[in-house]
Amino acid sequence: MANKADTIISTLITRSRKPLLDEWLARQATMAGSGAIAADGDVKEYCTRFLAELDTGLAAGEVGDIRGAGWSGMRELLEEVSRSRAGKGFTPSETASFVFSLKAPLFALVQREAGDNAARLADELQSATTLLDTLGLYTVEVFQKAREEVIARQQEEMLELSTPVVRLWEGIVAVPLIGTLDSNRTQVVMENLLQEIVSAGAQIAIIDITGVPTVDTLVAQHLLKTVSAARLMGADCIISGIRPQIAQTIVHLGVDLSVTSKASMSGALELALKRIGKAVVERKARPAAEVS
Amino acid sequence: MIVEKDETIPVRTSEDVVRVRREVRERAVALGFGLVDQTKLVTAASEIARNTLDYGGGGELRIECLRDGNRRGLRLSFSDRGPGIPDIERAMTDGYTTGGGLGLGLSGAKRLSSDFAIRSSPGQGTVVILARWK
Ligand SMILES: Nc1ncnc2c1ncn2[C@@H]1O[C@H](COP(=O)(O)OP(=O)(O)O)[C@@H](O)[C@H]1O
Ligand SMILES: [Mg+2]
Repeated sequence: MANKADTIISTLITRSRKPLLDEWLARQATMAGSGAIAADGDVKEYCTRFLAELDTGLAAGEVGDIRGAGWSGMRELLEEVSRSRAGKGFTPSETASFVFSLKAPLFALVQREAGDNAARLADELQSATTLLDTLGLYTVEVFQKAREEVIARQQEEMLELSTPVVRLWEGIVAVPLIGTLDSNRTQVVMENLLQEIVSAGAQIAIIDITGVPTVDTLVAQHLLKTVSAARLMGADCIISGIRPQIAQTIVHLGVDLSVTSKASMSGALELALKRIGKAVVERKARPAAEVS
Repeated sequence: MIVEKDETIPVRTSEDVVRVRREVRERAVALGFGLVDQTKLVTAASEIARNTLDYGGGGELRIECLRDGNRRGLRLSFSDRGPGIPDIERAMTDGYTTGGGLGLGLSGAKRLSSDFAIRSSPGQGTVVILARWK
């Protein structure tokens, strides 16, 4: 690869920055999907900074590898552009087009500059293509990562505890706990839950923890507090949905969940019915036989 | 023993504790840990992460993927620059708590791990290292 100090690109960026910038901005404005891009008020600032960083990076003499210190400003800029676009709902190609749209105006200038020197032109275009491709792909990489972060955050928010209280039978309610029990809201949610158990006039509350991914000592403490408060208010609790791996883990933690528990919700319901003096029985073959 | 992957994540908010569990679970799954091993390690991590946040005033977690011959493991190092633990033996006792908890986090996390180490000096902070091998 040619010594960077004397590449056509670095010369052009120094000498023809203004026309190059105008040409690049014009191109982005007319591109497909430019609706969103046109609405990105920061485009001009980003482009100006990009050309300055390109200059810096080229001066540092690393064209094949943008991980070096010379490109740190460029990486920062591209991260900023990608994250901002990921947040605004741009597609990955709209994001990458920020870089790729520079190709045409830049190559046109390079061609004019190289004149008849075909070998030099080929060489210059080759390294310019490689560089812009690398930078463009970097924006996609960052974009992808930013999207994943957004999704992970949304999932976490969805995991915020939710507790519908379901009346299963006269005197029996079920409370499926779904989500993480260590947010600040947990205490409040558990108190509301107690309130509902009471207003439903429930004698038995089945708390199902199938939807709680991790049962650590904090979760166990919330459960124990809820169970004993419910008991004070006249309702007995049964905990269901303790998966085998969770049961083992609780034992190792040393937590004494001295609460009636059942592996499944149906097992818990059966027990609850029994406690209030009801039973689910097999229906006789002929309905008539039921009449006694 | 070689460290194949090494990453540091913050433990400064309640959301970070949720993230710690997710990251630890992801890595345990990637190393081929079974459901029981995953659950034990994630639960131990949750305990120590919460201590780092609640008692240590926040800190960070370093996650390392280990290989020792054919064995694969995960090592989690939690560190904070909080007040430290004046009496480690006491803190490791089942039921001992200064924060109204169950007092089973440290001792429980130790029982859930293959290796467990704790270092702390008053005024300097606390480091808890736990590892679990497949
Ligand atoms: N990172 C830490 N910094 C300072 N003190 C700690 C730290 N971790 C644990 N401790 C102390 O050890 C005690 C026991 O911790 P733990 O077993 O997790 O129980 P709990 O969190 O329920 O109090 C805590 O109450 C606290 O006094
Ligand atoms: Mg604790």
